[in-house]
Amino acid sequence: MSEEVKVFGFWCSPFSRRVELALKLKGVQYEYIEEDVFKNKSPLLLKYNPVHKKIPVLLHNGKPIAESLVILEYIEETWKANPILPEDPYEKAMVRFWTKFADEKCLPALWKAGWSPENEREKAVDEACECLKTLESALKGKRFFGGETVGLVDIAANFIAFWLRLIQEATGQELLSAEKFPDLFKWTDEFGSCSVVKESLPPRDKLLAFFKARVAEAMDAQTNASK
Amino acid sequence: MEEVKVLGSWPSPYGYRVQWALELKGVEYEYIDEDLFNKSDMLLKYNPVHKKIPVLVRHGKSIAESAVILEYIEETWPQNPLLPKDPYERAMARFWINFVDNKDKAAPIVTFFIGVGEEHKKATEETKELLKILEEQALGEKKYFGGDEIGMVDLAMGWMAYFGVIEEIVDVKILDAESFPRLHAWIQNFRAHPVIKSNLPDHDKLLVSYTQKRQMFLGSTTT
Repeated sequence: MSEEVKVFGFWCSPFSRRVELALKLKGVQYEYIEEDVFKNKSPLLLKYNPVHKKIPVLLHNGKPIAESLVILEYIEETWKANPILPEDPYEKAMVRFWTKFADEKCLPALWKAGWSPENEREKAVDEACECLKTLESALKGKRFFGGETVGLVDIAANFIAFWLRLIQEATGQELLSAEKFPDLFKWTDEFGSCSVVKESLPPRDKLLAFFKARVAEAMDAQTNASK
Repeated sequence: MEEVKVLGSWPSPYGYRVQWALELKGVEYEYIDEDLFNKSDMLLKYNPVHKKIPVLVRHGKSIAESAVILEYIEETWPQNPLLPKDPYERAMARFWINFVDNKDKAAPIVTFFIGVGEEHKKATEETKELLKILEEQALGEKKYFGGDEIGMVDLAMGWMAYFGVIEEIVDVKILDAESFPRLHAWIQNFRAHPVIKSNLPDHDKLLVSYTQKRQMFLGSTTT
């Protein structure tokens, strides 16, 4: 009996890419459905995630699950190959703690720092760098947050390894430099060079163009606001 | 000897979640109450990243973040399980804990407590919408969020058990038996559970504490 696994995502979302990465790591076949999240969410998406109306949604044998980190825990429990969580309950707790930190603290701080207006920038950048420094301390010289293999924290921090670099290129602002964060910078290379990770990333040029367009939009808005 | 310590700060529902989980599983622990305006060296040592409660300490090792602590407790002491066995049901439980812990989603409840005027009116309506989702989609026809027995989601919803005090202070009633019959029934069942009953904050003390907190916020926003 073949299992029906579907992923509802958006091409540039790090959240739906997390889900795809976990499935690929575990060798699970799935069907990907692209949602037009800005203009035209499908009736299926609204049916499968009525509470948040967002991607990603994982559909397994007709049953939907929303929220990327909840989906990742489900994937780990359902498909046992290549575990992304350790066995020891304390070590597991540490992984969950850092996953939450990356997701709830780092991502919003980095996003804010990337797009904040001039007058708020310094403070936002300071906060973002604090987050990066703290997250880096969780690496402890390991190749990945998960040790020798990609684990849950690595997957949750995917934004930092790929999206952040392109935001930096588009805005001309450097947050994650090799000088300031040598271990974390090295990790972005290690993570990004895994073949299964490469398969789970949006096309570089398309994403860079997307961010450059946002920068242009933001600048127009600022110019118009100061007129 | 187990030697489990819990750092909490009365009347935080996040701290209570951890205590309820341990009590439900019959695990002995030492409770240490923190003054969040004067954090102890112990708290700063055991939660250097966030400097917040709750923290669980066992065998000298600490775990922070209540949702993370609850999962640890569940795995370490499997008796009286707080999560279902089926992976899909577990995902649903984690989804609802995530929902109620999401700061953006929960923001209206905070404004309901400390807001005034138009802002407060808007927050009241938004809080009602939130409660509707919880009643219809999270609780449904079940006795508890966890089904026939209290589960992890019930512990995460524990703040509702003393939401009445907030309603008293702002003098607006939303969570009544007519508007939210199932949630209202849940509150009665939850509060009556033998383990929860003996681990609930005292009403009168809560009234004083929350009134002071509200004054503090109102005072800091008036010019």
